[in-house]
Amino acid sequence: MNSIIQFASRLIRGQTAETADVHKFHGGVHPEGHKQLSTTLPIAKLAIPQKLVLPLRQHVGYIPKIKVQVGDHVLKGQMLAEAEGNVSAAIHAPTSGTVSAISEAVIPHPSGLPDMCITLMPDGKDEWTTLQPTDWRNSDKKALVASLRSSGIVGLGGATFPTHIKVRADGKSQVHTLVINAAECEPYITCDDMLMRERAHEIIKGMEIVKYLLNAEKCIVGIEDNKPEAIVAMSEACKALPDTSVKVVPTLYPSGDGRRLIHLVSGIEIPHDKRSTDVGIQVFNVATVLAIYRYFTFGEPAIDRIVTITGSVNTPQNFEVLFGTPLQTLIDAAGGVQPDTSHFIMGGPMMGFDLPTIDVPITKAANCIIAATPDLFAPPPPAMPCIRCARCADACPVNLQPQELYWFSKSDNFEKARDYNLFDCIECGCCTYVCPSNIPLVQYYRYAKSEIISADKAKEAADLARERNEFRLARIEREKMERAQKHAERAASSKAENAKTETAKTEEVKAEVTGAAERPAASTSTDDAKKAAIAAAIERAKALKAAAAQPGDTQNRPELKAADTPKTIDKPAQTEDEQVRAEQAKKDKQALIAAAIERAKAQKLAAAQAGVTPKNVEDASPAVKAEISEIDAIREKAKQAVKTHDSDSEA
Amino acid sequence: MLTALYIMLGLALALGITLGISALLFKVEGDPLVARIDAILPQTQCGQCGYPGCKPYAMAIAKGEADINQCPPGGDAGARALADLMGVEYKPLNAEHGLPKPKSVAFIDENTCIGCTLCIQACPVDAILGAAKHMHTIIASECTGCELCLAPCPVDCITMQPIAETPDNWKWKYPVIPIKAMPADGSLV
Repeated sequence: MNSIIQFASRLIRGQTAETADVHKFHGGVHPEGHKQLSTTLPIAKLAIPQKLVLPLRQHVGYIPKIKVQVGDHVLKGQMLAEAEGNVSAAIHAPTSGTVSAISEAVIPHPSGLPDMCITLMPDGKDEWTTLQPTDWRNSDKKALVASLRSSGIVGLGGATFPTHIKVRADGKSQVHTLVINAAECEPYITCDDMLMRERAHEIIKGMEIVKYLLNAEKCIVGIEDNKPEAIVAMSEACKALPDTSVKVVPTLYPSGDGRRLIHLVSGIEIPHDKRSTDVGIQVFNVATVLAIYRYFTFGEPAIDRIVTITGSVNTPQNFEVLFGTPLQTLIDAAGGVQPDTSHFIMGGPMMGFDLPTIDVPITKAANCIIAATPDLFAPPPPAMPCIRCARCADACPVNLQPQELYWFSKSDNFEKARDYNLFDCIECGCCTYVCPSNIPLVQYYRYAKSEIISADKAKEAADLARERNEFRLARIEREKMERAQKHAERAASSKAENAKTETAKTEEVKAEVTGAAERPAASTSTDDAKKAAIAAAIERAKALKAAAAQPGDTQNRPELKAADTPKTIDKPAQTEDEQVRAEQAKKDKQALIAAAIERAKAQKLAAAQAGVTPKNVEDASPAVKAEISEIDAIREKAKQAVKTHDSDSEA
Repeated sequence: MLTALYIMLGLALALGITLGISALLFKVEGDPLVARIDAILPQTQCGQCGYPGCKPYAMAIAKGEADINQCPPGGDAGARALADLMGVEYKPLNAEHGLPKPKSVAFIDENTCIGCTLCIQACPVDAILGAAKHMHTIIASECTGCELCLAPCPVDCITMQPIAETPDNWKWKYPVIPIKAMPADGSLV
């Protein structure tokens, strides 16, 4: 039945031969295009503005590491921030000038929160740094990918995923088909359309490079049939590259989504838990491909992009805009806004978001800015209850059950929402578009997604905390065991040594005395030996003093007792050495006494503090009751501390 | 009659042996209930529940010694999850054990710190870095916000700082429909 209807509709629409072999995906909607607004004028180059504000967060992944300081003079194309970590992208100076600030400023993000930005004051010279074009045909692919890492190029279709990751060979899967995403399905946006019309030949050269990097066999350009000029231009240019074809896909939102486009042009549906590279397909946006071409051929990093400014501006147009250009500059270039403009939308009307303020810069993600008026974008009528009509399920291009996801998200039943594959939702907004009850479905999914993500992060943190806590307890236990073992060993050895050393010492001393008597005129060697012995004795005395100063260190006391105390008294024929020893023994005794006093003091102090200090350090595993009392004590103190802190802050 | 008896006896014997062997073969080490309770607890190791850490509290719950509503950092959701797991009635958090606070991390004022190491000894997750007579600092990403380091500090240089909202940890809000004030005469605009 379905096939009959499809056949009939095809007959009615009179589809061309080119579109006949596309594979339609499920769902999708036909929002009003509004594309002709901004395609009447060619792409214009926007002049360098007074000030450029470059947010560090312009891509998906880790924020890059700043390489410049305030006051530095930088040249156009010089790296300002370096990619840090795997998924990250560098940021370059869009023009020459001076870094005037590295501070927080509002970034174009739905949160409207400020984030780190580099502010650049252009000097007007627009002086390039030394560029290094690459002979990519005769270079190692790994080196090319590595150099792409410092290019700052990210997916310019709006997802801003760092490009160097996408061309990296992961060793698992071999890419055989490169799909160029030129569908540009969102209403109002025309930047890719204009780019293809005007720079098709450069795009083709970029495709050649990417094809080479990926080792792909063929290349398919997917363009929606509402861009006839672009189709002609690209078809013409594609003749220069073998195994490359332009595939015209019917206009249906969201055919510009990567997986939808792959389905359209190849008929392959990628399993939800797999990536497109697992089936040998990689997707690149046209503008990204062009940026890659410019990087390898001219050495130019990502410093600008084409932005559509449309909606209620006086002359909607596409501009080549430097990253960091204030939105106001772009609006002025488009002839200013009409008086009833209420707010600005970044991205398309389906997936974009309302900009929190007009004081935001153009970033790598900004493919389109729409000046909105209440006429163009009427505030949504109040949401009515869901009537389970399942129109959203019919429209969902990912074959989800949006109405179920809505129920689960609304009632915070996140586990269930996850089970219904909430994370496969591409937030395209088709469900919201068709909902007869005007329920903002995508907003619910976004809410549920961010709640789940933050809960997952909290769980990860909790697991880490548990691991660290368990490790700590184990360590304390181990240290205790080691200490006990050491004590036991020392006790045993000191007993044995006590007995041994006493006999040994007396013999030694006797031998020494007789030796001294035999050779009264001491030879140089015995002199040296004596000197050494004296020096050693002095050193020992010093060490003892130090030990006495540090009462905690009780290591070498038993030996002292064993070695030095017994022999001092009945030796009438005392040598110099023994005099020193006798003195030292006195000192030893004093030091011992001092140390003992110190220790006693320390113990008293510890006993006094025992009630308040967290003693669970010392005893990790005794009866729970003891620990409870300790914790109670800690909490008591914590309460007091908080109280005093509060009263302090009140005062 | 006797055959039936023998069959039943034989069956009972065979099943008994199988059960006995499988009980030995598939013996579960440790208490799985404690692990499951522990997985719900937030692992702040703050001791507000009255036990010296999350694991001891989990053991006490498993034994039936402790109630499910003694964990303020776990919040209401935690108490609900515990009630679910234990098959008991949900109870609101017991205020005696403290109130839930926004998640925060400890911060050491490094100008005041004297390097006494007392906070290092108190930290249950080793999230404080430092040595005797050297400045200490908190590893913010590891800090659970348990506040156990506040009390031992002799110079009160540790404060708790709530985690600020950044574009990184920002969350989409629950969709709300703004309520508009109606004109006084009741007419719809």
